[in-house]
Amino acid sequence: MTLRKLALTLAASTLALCGQAVAQTQPAAAQPEVLTGSVSDDSAWQSLGVAIPAFATNADLPTQSSAGSTAQLGRAVAEIITGDLKNNGLFKPTGPDKLPTVPYIQITAPDFGTWAGRGADMLVHGSVSVGENGTLTIGCFLYDVSLHQQLAKAVWQLPPAEWRRAAHKCADTIYARLSGESPFFDSRIAYIAETGPKQFRMKRLAIMDSDGANHRFITTGQAMALTPRFSPDYRKIVYLSYLNGRPRIFVYDVESATQKLIAETGNPTFAPRWSPDGKWILYSMASAGNTNIYRIPSTGGHAQQLTNTPGINVGGSYSPDGSRIVFESDRGGSQQIYVMKADGTEQRRISFFGGRAATPEWSPRGDQIAFTHIAGNLRIGVMNVDGSGMRHLTDSWQDEAPTWAPNGRIIQFFRTEKGSGKTSIWQVDLTGRNERRLPTPVDGSDPSWGPIRQ
Amino acid sequence: MPSMPSTRTLGTLLLTTTAALSLAACAKKPPVVLPPPPPAPVETPAPPPPPPAPTGPVPGSSADFNANVPTTVLFDLDKFNIDAADQDILKAQAAWLLKYPAKAATIEGHADERGTREYNLALGERRATAAKNYLVSLGVAASRLSTVSYGKERPVDPASTEEAWAKNRRAVTVTID
Repeated sequence: MTLRKLALTLAASTLALCGQAVAQTQPAAAQPEVLTGSVSDDSAWQSLGVAIPAFATNADLPTQSSAGSTAQLGRAVAEIITGDLKNNGLFKPTGPDKLPTVPYIQITAPDFGTWAGRGADMLVHGSVSVGENGTLTIGCFLYDVSLHQQLAKAVWQLPPAEWRRAAHKCADTIYARLSGESPFFDSRIAYIAETGPKQFRMKRLAIMDSDGANHRFITTGQAMALTPRFSPDYRKIVYLSYLNGRPRIFVYDVESATQKLIAETGNPTFAPRWSPDGKWILYSMASAGNTNIYRIPSTGGHAQQLTNTPGINVGGSYSPDGSRIVFESDRGGSQQIYVMKADGTEQRRISFFGGRAATPEWSPRGDQIAFTHIAGNLRIGVMNVDGSGMRHLTDSWQDEAPTWAPNGRIIQFFRTEKGSGKTSIWQVDLTGRNERRLPTPVDGSDPSWGPIRQ
Repeated sequence: MPSMPSTRTLGTLLLTTTAALSLAACAKKPPVVLPPPPPAPVETPAPPPPPPAPTGPVPGSSADFNANVPTTVLFDLDKFNIDAADQDILKAQAAWLLKYPAKAATIEGHADERGTREYNLALGERRATAAKNYLVSLGVAASRLSTVSYGKERPVDPASTEEAWAKNRRAVTVTID
């Protein structure tokens, strides 16, 4: 409910943004303010340096957010934006801890000369205020320092509990405006939280924001949970549960905290996936030792068998337009990647580069398929949709189960440590050069990145 | 290739290892010092023998099965076929199950850790089904046998070695009391 309200607000503010051109602000008296605050470290800035000082407030008031007062919140928002922009190899962001604080008046009239002198190419300013009902209003302004030009501006109103979303939306605004790519920071991740010794590991369904914040365990761990996937609207999570000792697919409703079986079969069902429009769920079912792929309407109903070969056909990932499905099969003797039409026709193998290939995931941009390449070690690879152009993105002992960021620029996967079996969630960009571990409260596996939030 | 050791062999191995360890422990006892130590405390006498061992597991119980029948068949890398060694084990299981026709059993299929999670779930199911089918071929009613796959999620040996992986590629028959 709050989400819908927010979506409307967001839509409105976006319209406002588009409607108003550059300057609705009076070019405030252009006297160079004396900068106060901490000394900065300019050495971190190279190429496209982005300065992100703490967001200013017109009055430092208490808020109901976890960040504290509006001034504290302004600093926290700038820190989150800095963290978001830091990890994709495009920017050299400098956060509020290395920058002077900015007077509120400068938010819409930056002191460009001073920022140019500090070596910033881009400048982010922002504002935080709190309404009488506790609602937060957070503004985000992006400036080109050398052009003295405002490149983007957006304002969000949101309930105090969702303040972090404004930071991610602002980071998305900056990222999209400067890179020309689609945004992805305001998104969520479902994954499996793991604890305990390797032989008796507890595996629980958990969710969190794209930066690891707002973490929440969904299941208690009494029944092993595996391979979750957020529905495109984030209202549901489809996953594998060993409830009552039988591995089957359930659809968990986030709002009502209830779940139901997706298909009543006497057989084990696993490897669930949503179609991009949320109308279908793919699943794999084992029968008499063979495993085949089925699709069923996500609201329930009659299941349709899509593959029918001896051996193991498993997983599956829709192309963004929903017309095709990439999946894995060992019908030819070893795990390889195949593509078929969404109705199961025209099945053909696309991986011919040696080793085994598993867990294919179609990029949201449509042009690439990420997968696990098994040749000795398990590594994350990408290839074109015709199987050409295969290249590795990671080189570790065991990396598997890639999932795409909503904009198709970053891939998330999980890494298992040799011996201990400890698991962790990692991100890597498409160059393979920018790899980082995503912080989770306990070990994590099977990450699944949902779409950009509306 | 009849490659994998049966659980019997493993059991023997374990016993041997235990014995060797005990011996080693004895050998490590420090030598007694000759000069009379001060008022050395007298060694406590050996504890009284344990109460008479209880009689063995009740025939036909799960404990009986686990104690007297090999529970586990092992598989080669990426394979699910039942080889000669596996057949001997499954024949012993079938004989027990035919002797106690009221018992049901679940066959748990497993894979080693060097594969992807979902494929291994399917592979474990395939192995459990292969074991089940062999038991059925020996006359055990299919309705008494169920299968479940744990993929690579429940290794019996946590090490990341070829030896551990060989032990983890398995199907374990669990009878239900």
